[in-house]
Amino acid sequence: MNNIKKTSRNNMGTIGMIIAAFVIVQILKTAGMINSQMDGLLVPLCVYATMAVSLNLVVGILGELSLGHAGFMCVGAFASAFFSKVVEQSMGTFPRFLLAILVGGAVAGVFGFLIGIPVLRLKGDYLAIVTLAFGEIIKNLMNVLYVGRDAAGLHFSIKDAASLNLMEDGEMIINGPLGITGTPFDANFVVGFLILLISTVVVLNLTNSRTGRAIMAIRDNRIAAGSVGVPITKYKMAAFTLSAVIAGCAGALYSHNLSSLIATPARFGYNMSILFLVFVVLGGIGSTRGAIIASIILTLLPEVLRFMADYRMLIYSIILIVMMIINWNPKSRAWIQKHRPGNVIRSRREASEAGKEGR
Amino acid sequence: MVSFIAYLINGLSLGSIYAIIAIGYTMVYGIAKMLNFAHGDVIMVGAYIAFSVITTAGMPPVVGLIASMCGCMLLGICIEKIAYKPLRHAGSSLAVLITAIGVSYFLQNMALIIFTSNPKMFTSIIPMDKMTIQAGAFRIQTISLVCIAVSIVLVLLLQLFINRTRPGQAMLACSQDRGAASLMGISVNGTISLTFAIGSAMAGIAGVLLCSAYPTLSPYTGSMPGIKAFVAAVFGGIGSIPGAMIGGLLLGVIEILAKTYISSQLSDAIVFSVLIVVLLVKPTGLMGKVVQEKV
Amino acid sequence: MALLEIKNLSIQFGGLRAVDDFNLTVEKGDLYGLIGPNGAGKTTVFNLLTGEYKPTEGVIKLEDKDITGMSTIDINRAGVARTFQNIRLFKDQSVLDNVKIGLHNQFRYSPVAAVLRLPSYFAVEKQMNEKALELLAVFDLDTEADTLASNLPYGKQRKLEIARAMATNPKLLLLDEPAAGMNPNETEELMEDIRFIREKFGMTILLIEHDMRLVSGICEKLTVLNFGRILTQGPTRDVLSNPEVIKAYLGDD
Repeated sequence: MNNIKKTSRNNMGTIGMIIAAFVIVQILKTAGMINSQMDGLLVPLCVYATMAVSLNLVVGILGELSLGHAGFMCVGAFASAFFSKVVEQSMGTFPRFLLAILVGGAVAGVFGFLIGIPVLRLKGDYLAIVTLAFGEIIKNLMNVLYVGRDAAGLHFSIKDAASLNLMEDGEMIINGPLGITGTPFDANFVVGFLILLISTVVVLNLTNSRTGRAIMAIRDNRIAAGSVGVPITKYKMAAFTLSAVIAGCAGALYSHNLSSLIATPARFGYNMSILFLVFVVLGGIGSTRGAIIASIILTLLPEVLRFMADYRMLIYSIILIVMMIINWNPKSRAWIQKHRPGNVIRSRREASEAGKEGR
Repeated sequence: MVSFIAYLINGLSLGSIYAIIAIGYTMVYGIAKMLNFAHGDVIMVGAYIAFSVITTAGMPPVVGLIASMCGCMLLGICIEKIAYKPLRHAGSSLAVLITAIGVSYFLQNMALIIFTSNPKMFTSIIPMDKMTIQAGAFRIQTISLVCIAVSIVLVLLLQLFINRTRPGQAMLACSQDRGAASLMGISVNGTISLTFAIGSAMAGIAGVLLCSAYPTLSPYTGSMPGIKAFVAAVFGGIGSIPGAMIGGLLLGVIEILAKTYISSQLSDAIVFSVLIVVLLVKPTGLMGKVVQEKV
Repeated sequence: MALLEIKNLSIQFGGLRAVDDFNLTVEKGDLYGLIGPNGAGKTTVFNLLTGEYKPTEGVIKLEDKDITGMSTIDINRAGVARTFQNIRLFKDQSVLDNVKIGLHNQFRYSPVAAVLRLPSYFAVEKQMNEKALELLAVFDLDTEADTLASNLPYGKQRKLEIARAMATNPKLLLLDEPAAGMNPNETEELMEDIRFIREKFGMTILLIEHDMRLVSGICEKLTVLNFGRILTQGPTRDVLSNPEVIKAYLGDD
């Protein structure tokens, strides 16, 4: 079928783009053309791009607005860092980090599943606000969680470090608002690239399958999806949980790139969740490729604008507003559409929106 | 018991500030069908305007309050015209939401450049010698009572405005069916501008009250109260003005009581948990209408 | 054994009894019409039949199996498929994918096979494409397989909804005003298509329609609903000549 060829060509393009970007960066790196500042951005870029893929699955493909995705990333970051700290001495770097990523993804997945049960019963803005609430609760709880270890095993508390009653030789693992310090510095660009690549392949291949069609059917018309026997709750839960797993893996990557992991609002608060949403919407809602590109542009933009000193974030915000208006204003979109033929994603969206007034 | 009542009044005071902000959220949502995430930052701008007028220029507090209201009103109208209007027919409410976030970043960074990140000490609009009221065993902050009184007056005025005046009726009509309203000769653009103007002027008042009660002012001052007020608006049933009022008051009371009696570190988590429970029991908020999709 | 048996079906919305004591028996292979003035409760009957609404009273049996109160999903799996009065397509997906979503429960492979692109993915997808195209061909939509559903003209959108419903391999097909908004030519084609699927797939069809040419042209039996209650039911010719029915449609004067 022509139709299948077209979408799979589109998917191959996205995957090719990621691999090409990786190869180019690696070449530049060996040629010594990447300064240390840019080098330090490579892992965060992978983290944010992976988060964009994850959130696009919920917002663009499942069609539900989540404002709490930083919470899943937070869970993944803490769970994996905790794991790495606990087994630090007893395992080699590679298996430890691999397991840490899996632990981060799995724990975030469990959270996604448990939170999904109540949340997915709600609709629209109400669902969005409850995800925001869960994200804030997770961040808040991480700040009051104390975990220590001594000869007798692990100790937990949500009051303070003293109530752990650690022995002399005990060590703090999660220290309330001070978080986790000394997580092994295992993350690197290659692993980040692999996480992004695998997440993208999983989401794209799933989207372009029986499962993905069912999920998109729920997005496009829930009642019609039910009428043809698509189990709505099951697929909503599956998409939401998978998205949380991917966010958890991104979180694991994130925490193993930091010397101290603290659940600050700037890192895991609603502002961060909203930033991920910006990637998805700027990327064109539903387009995984667009979300990845938007995440990279918006992560690099402040660096590119560094010469503007104090004005850089101001310029950043203006660019964001202007890009949104250019990308979404009906008139400017019609213009872009006319001057860029063959843009499959855009023309699909354009065509579909001609018929409907708002969502 | 005495201290409980004092905390309750504190909670109601914070709650009435949330309520004033939440009403702005809810009005804009009702008419423009968008979540104006920059609303919290308008509060911050209002507070800075009042700060400049009162502290820097040495004018009386009333002038500061009026300047804050007018400045915010103007700001609200400009934001709507420049950033939101081009996307009104974009077909996705998410696009406007993200633009609102862009506006929020813009306002914060603008304030950062003008006023730096150093927090300013806001001079309360209440004169020094009348800061507290002593009534028997009670000692209450005057500002708490002012907040509660102002919010009640504002809600009453707003209800009168909406139910008794032509522009108010036009707002109601636009919130129910924008297309039909425009067919009836109502200027939709004008009504949306008016809504932003009123909502933002209220944000200006909220900014002055907030900083009079909690006197540190920084470019991020509006952010958390903005989010809390958004939660309050949803809590009460978004789109409903009485809902926003009740949602705001409840949120403030729960927050202060949780801080006092349970844990100050967990108070936000408790507030959000209550919200989740309420929405699970009543999925469209306390006063929200249930809209059944017609099959 | 009747294919569909409805006994004493009622639903109450607040003070309004939208459907009151509704009884209907549809035999296998019937082409049955449900007619009545606007607001008579016809679509509500469909919504009750498909589990969209839960009845206040009454029993619905499909091939003697009680399906009352089951979820829409389980009712579809039990063998009831429908179309909607206000078209409900998956607008952002292609015509072909709309039908393939209808095939969701007929063809299976695991999500793992999809992610890893295992041979079973390609094999089953190929079968799904073939089956979907076969169904689309019935409605002359196979040439539009790649079109976005929302870009189809109105009449074709209605047909696509029928094709999608047929894809779920139902025993009973419910059509809610299939000819609404169609021009006479399109209606003529639609009548042909309905006759065709009935013969080719041995389909039992229950339809709601206002277009009397279509009703009298293809339905063998009719039930007339007025104010939520059955006015009369029986063979089409008898029902349409019933003075009560004419009065309900044209008013008292």
